Amino acid sequence: MPAFKTTRFDKTRLAIATGLVAAISMTSAQAGEVEVLHWWTSGGEARAANVLKELMEAEGHEWQDFAVAGGGGETAMTVLKSRAMSGNPPSAAQIKGPEIQEWGELGLLGDLDAVAEAEGWNDLLPETVAEIMRHNGQYVAVPVNVHRVNWLWANPEVLDAAGVAMPTTLDELFEVAGAIREAGYIPLAHGGQAWQDATVFESVLLATGGSEFYRQALVDLDPEALGSDSMVKALETFKRLRELMDDDMPGRDWNIATSMVIQGDAAMQLMGDWAKGEFTAAGLTAGDDYLCATAPGTAGAFTFNIDSLAMFRVTGEAEREAQQTLARLVLEPTFQQAFNQAKGSIPARPDLDMNDFDSCARQSLDDFQRTAKSGGLVPSMAHGMAVRADVQGAIFDVVTNYFNSRDMVAEEAARRMVTAAQAAL
Amino acid sequence: MSLSSPGVQSAAGPGARRSSSGLLQAWLPKLILAPSIAISLFFVYGFMLWTFVLSLTNSRMLPSYDFVGFAQYARLMANDRWWVASTNLVVFGGLFVAICLALGLLLAILLDQRIRQEGVLRTVYLYPMALSFIVTGVVWKWLLNPGLGIQAMVRSWGFENFRFDWLVNPDMAVYTLVIAAVWQASGFVMALFLAGLRGIDDSILKAAQLDGASLPRIYWRVVIPCLRPVVFSAVMILSHIAIKSFDLVVALTGGGPGYASDLPATFMYAHAFTRAQIGLGSASAMLMLGGVLAILIPYLYSELRSRRHG
Repeated sequence: MPAFKTTRFDKTRLAIATGLVAAISMTSAQAGEVEVLHWWTSGGEARAANVLKELMEAEGHEWQDFAVAGGGGETAMTVLKSRAMSGNPPSAAQIKGPEIQEWGELGLLGDLDAVAEAEGWNDLLPETVAEIMRHNGQYVAVPVNVHRVNWLWANPEVLDAAGVAMPTTLDELFEVAGAIREAGYIPLAHGGQAWQDATVFESVLLATGGSEFYRQALVDLDPEALGSDSMVKALETFKRLRELMDDDMPGRDWNIATSMVIQGDAAMQLMGDWAKGEFTAAGLTAGDDYLCATAPGTAGAFTFNIDSLAMFRVTGEAEREAQQTLARLVLEPTFQQAFNQAKGSIPARPDLDMNDFDSCARQSLDDFQRTAKSGGLVPSMAHGMAVRADVQGAIFDVVTNYFNSRDMVAEEAARRMVTAAQAAL
Repeated sequence: MSLSSPGVQSAAGPGARRSSSGLLQAWLPKLILAPSIAISLFFVYGFMLWTFVLSLTNSRMLPSYDFVGFAQYARLMANDRWWVASTNLVVFGGLFVAICLALGLLLAILLDQRIRQEGVLRTVYLYPMALSFIVTGVVWKWLLNPGLGIQAMVRSWGFENFRFDWLVNPDMAVYTLVIAAVWQASGFVMALFLAGLRGIDDSILKAAQLDGASLPRIYWRVVIPCLRPVVFSAVMILSHIAIKSFDLVVALTGGGPGYASDLPATFMYAHAFTRAQIGLGSASAMLMLGGVLAILIPYLYSELRSRRHG
């Protein structure tokens, strides 16, 4: 009677589990469980998430992993929505940017003000970042890391072969591209997917228009800025970059484009600092085997893409306790260090010892602090930090359509951008 | 059938006792079918209705019930990308169904000529149907990529000016979908037609031959009209494959370049699930449903009516 055996075994297990839970709750009164929805599923990321799990368990709490694989987290978001609709959201979920506000408006997020005050988050986090983590003035989410989007990656061997140096302005970029082309290489590796087009576009816009214009156009969606001559100029420059790319790019994934740089087929790539993961995985060292520099013309700016964990409102006291602990641990140095080294990003807090990080990450952190003071710190539109998903999608449509179209002029694209932003508001 | 027939007999037969077991047997088929009917009513028609309700609301990330009338439809009509997607569906669906039918019929007629190794050939042509559209899409993505596939191969043979860059050309990308989908489905249509051809009575053909009709004429006037029911089922199957095409687009072109090869299904998914526009996505889903009905109802009506009359 195997069926009977299984039931009995299950009952035994249940009894043991119940006993254990009882024992744990007796030893530490506030031990609770956190269920964390995230999509840190690739090798390094999963290891990094595991650090957090161990820290939680060391504090006597239980970590229930709820990893949903799938690149940009689209699948995870779908799962989260269905969980939230059925009235059973996880205690914490990887939600970022303006989406935090959308969840906040639904009244589903919990309050982290107590932890924030105890840990001094207001002093720790730049105001631009803290603003994103708050809903109605209350902390509801905690930043995990900071990615920089406006990076230019290059293969030094290809640059040497073409006899050029790393470009620092857009004019220089076009200049060196000619030499690289003549030397027989693709100047700029790119993948023709909407989000990659938008990633390049926002860096170009930042270079031609500056961070103030960037904020007006892509964050505040000011129709005047969106339809202005500066926008037309940014679009035209953006389209010129197409000449630096190869014909086979449509549909190419970003990491394939990065590997073109690694293998020396292409000279450079405009991509966020997650590209570093690819270089590291290929066994290359920053500064020697590959170069990093701010995207041409954007030295005074920093487009950030911040992963964060938003906390859902939970009922049980123990669960709440566990959730608050989680929020505290995420910003603590141990986790910040381990996680960000694995992920290629920089810590969300500025006071860490950066000696173990590579030169690109150190430069990134310096620039982060510098731009936070100078006002050059701007959220990335292409990575969902600046505007809501619907507006972002509408802008993506215009940008990618313009970039791929043979006959659309920049004025027309700017006009469509204005309508897109208005229609989505 | 075998389950229900004794019940029907005992209930309707002469001298049947109206016992409780007889009653149960009479009701059993209905009882057994009831859950599946209830489930399909709820999950198909119920959700269609719910989608319609949502399309009238301003739902964004999660469903809400603030009704805004037909505003979402108006937004959809003003959306450039929606028109690209709809036009693409007409181009893709029309070409896909037409080419599959023509190619499938041709292959079936050729295979029907009592050739050697028919079984092997049939399997070869039918095999693509065993793959999922994702696999088809990925394989054709490599074949059609100018730097990797056919173009690169022909160029390496010495034809330096050969161009076959449809995949990366916004004006032609939608035709690459047709190529891949036809490759996948025409073998299946061939199998349908082959079965139809085998079902045609030999004596009709012999009679036509005795009347002195030429072979092309026999096919055109006798055989193909006989295959009309097969065309009917093939069109039904192909058009629903065309309208629900999603995986092929995702794997082959990703909707690109830009959104040049977007189809309504990918549009709907993007808006309802990734762009937090459930209202707009539902409106587009309703229009897709309307499109399907607009094609299918007249076709079903004329086919079923003419069959009843014929």
